[in-house]
Amino acid sequence: MQPVATTFFFYFLSAVTVISGIAVITRRNPVHSALALIVALLGQAGLYLMLYAPFVAGVQIILYAGGIMVLFLFVIMLVNIERAQKEEQFNKQWIVGIVAALALGVLFVLVYMKGKGLFPQTVAQLPEGENTQGIAMLLYRDYMFAFEIASLLLLVAIIGAVVMAKKRI
Amino acid sequence: MLDYITSYLKSDTTPGQAGNFFWAFVYILLIFLGLSVAVIAMNWLERKILAHMQVRLGPMRVGPHGLLQPIADALKLLIKEDIMPAEADPVVFWIAPLIVVITAFTVFIVVPFGPTHAVTDMNIGVLFMLGVSSLSVLGIVTAGWASNSHYPLIGALRSSAQMVSYEIAMGLAVISAVLMTSLNTDGTGTLSMIGIVQAQQAQQTWFIFKFFPLGLIAFFVFAVAMVAETNRAPFDLPEAESELTAGFHTEYSGFRWSLFFLAEYSAMIAVSSIAVTLWLGGWMRPFPHWLTGETWDLVFSLFPGVTFVLLALITFYSTIRMPKHPYFRVQTIGLAGFGAVLGLIGLLLFVPPVRDRIQDIYWFAVKVAGFMYLYIWYRGTFPRYRFDQLMKVGWKVLLPIGLGVLIVTGILGVVLS
Repeated sequence: MQPVATTFFFYFLSAVTVISGIAVITRRNPVHSALALIVALLGQAGLYLMLYAPFVAGVQIILYAGGIMVLFLFVIMLVNIERAQKEEQFNKQWIVGIVAALALGVLFVLVYMKGKGLFPQTVAQLPEGENTQGIAMLLYRDYMFAFEIASLLLLVAIIGAVVMAKKRI
Repeated sequence: MLDYITSYLKSDTTPGQAGNFFWAFVYILLIFLGLSVAVIAMNWLERKILAHMQVRLGPMRVGPHGLLQPIADALKLLIKEDIMPAEADPVVFWIAPLIVVITAFTVFIVVPFGPTHAVTDMNIGVLFMLGVSSLSVLGIVTAGWASNSHYPLIGALRSSAQMVSYEIAMGLAVISAVLMTSLNTDGTGTLSMIGIVQAQQAQQTWFIFKFFPLGLIAFFVFAVAMVAETNRAPFDLPEAESELTAGFHTEYSGFRWSLFFLAEYSAMIAVSSIAVTLWLGGWMRPFPHWLTGETWDLVFSLFPGVTFVLLALITFYSTIRMPKHPYFRVQTIGLAGFGAVLGLIGLLLFVPPVRDRIQDIYWFAVKVAGFMYLYIWYRGTFPRYRFDQLMKVGWKVLLPIGLGVLIVTGILGVVLS
């Protein structure tokens, strides 16, 4: 079907993502931050849907919002929050932070100024119903070697984590 | 305007794909209504069936045979005082039941009750259902944390560990079924719920019987994992009443608690419909390729009406058996009226145009109802797992079986085609 109210949904989802992203770094309570991060991730999933990438959106929901964030919350709940809130922040990296933020801001301004040349004028018409099949073809046929290497790397990381965490195996 | 409404009736797709908002809204309302009725019916049936399994009568006082008990309970829950613990986190305490209920109902937009009877059909159907239902654990975890109390927190931690572990076994079982959809001439599978049922139609077999016994084993892994995912007995550790009073919803009362209740039952229906779609042929009637021909079509299309007429007959039989004391007169009349309504619905389902359109929905609902009965049966028979046993079953039994089935399915698919 034809997309409806594209502009509205784009600004709506962007606003949700940005506002909840700001909430992540401003909330004092880590659980509230984690919940705001989930909303931000869901907003991102909506943006992927608008880009005709339903598979990426689905994976975003199932992996980040459903899997990783649950583990985040799990860890946060085990930490003693009252003590963590009272402790002094010993992270003195605000100079680096400001430099990084300025660099990113300059990049955004440049993209905004020269945006017309950088991005194509027309939107690529992608087949909506073939996203999953297309990704499967790329991952398991065209770039299979790189994909398998990446999965091997993840497997090594998992085994490393288990070895480090468990004293007696 | 009228054109917009009637134009959809000529197309043979779901309203979501046709882009028709009016019919999509109607479908959503119908599904919401149907689910609510199903949850009310499940509430009554669960008590009755469990009671009869334990040689009790179950609810008998409110209405004939306790038929009005769910309504009385709902009223009680709505007028009950809504208590929030003084030290609770008010915002999160308020959001948690909403997360659970919204995720439990959102998944139903891709459930195919028939080839065109779904709100919409997505390219990522199964993935969407698994993803959104995996969000419900967030609601449980936040509910347990926001209550700021010991039992709910322990329940929440248990449930997050349990649901994350069983999601993996569940996903592997689903993948092996999705792999079976790709066994056609052009070798591309599908994740769309309607596409999966159509693949079973094209391969002329339910996936539970495909590569016997591989499909059956994958189905078994899913059937165990789905009970754990919905936190039902024997995997109901997050709300183990003998250890944690009520687990993650100990501090919830009144309306908020009823939201948790509603979400639990609709999540059960949701995972059962995934199982029905992936392995039991979705909306297809039994033996669509073996018992063919007009006679068999007619016989199977009479099933919905016959079911309701049978229910009506059972109700009338119970009406006759009601005590003759004047005290029971209102209840007897009410039961007779209920039977009459059931009978009228049954007669309506015999009308040819209705009969043809209602068939797929009927077969889908019957299969899901079978799973609902299994859920009650499990609760009546199995003792609760210990937490280390639960983890062992999830990681050391179901996960290797799921992986093995997936690999063997892949090999057989390559070898046989």
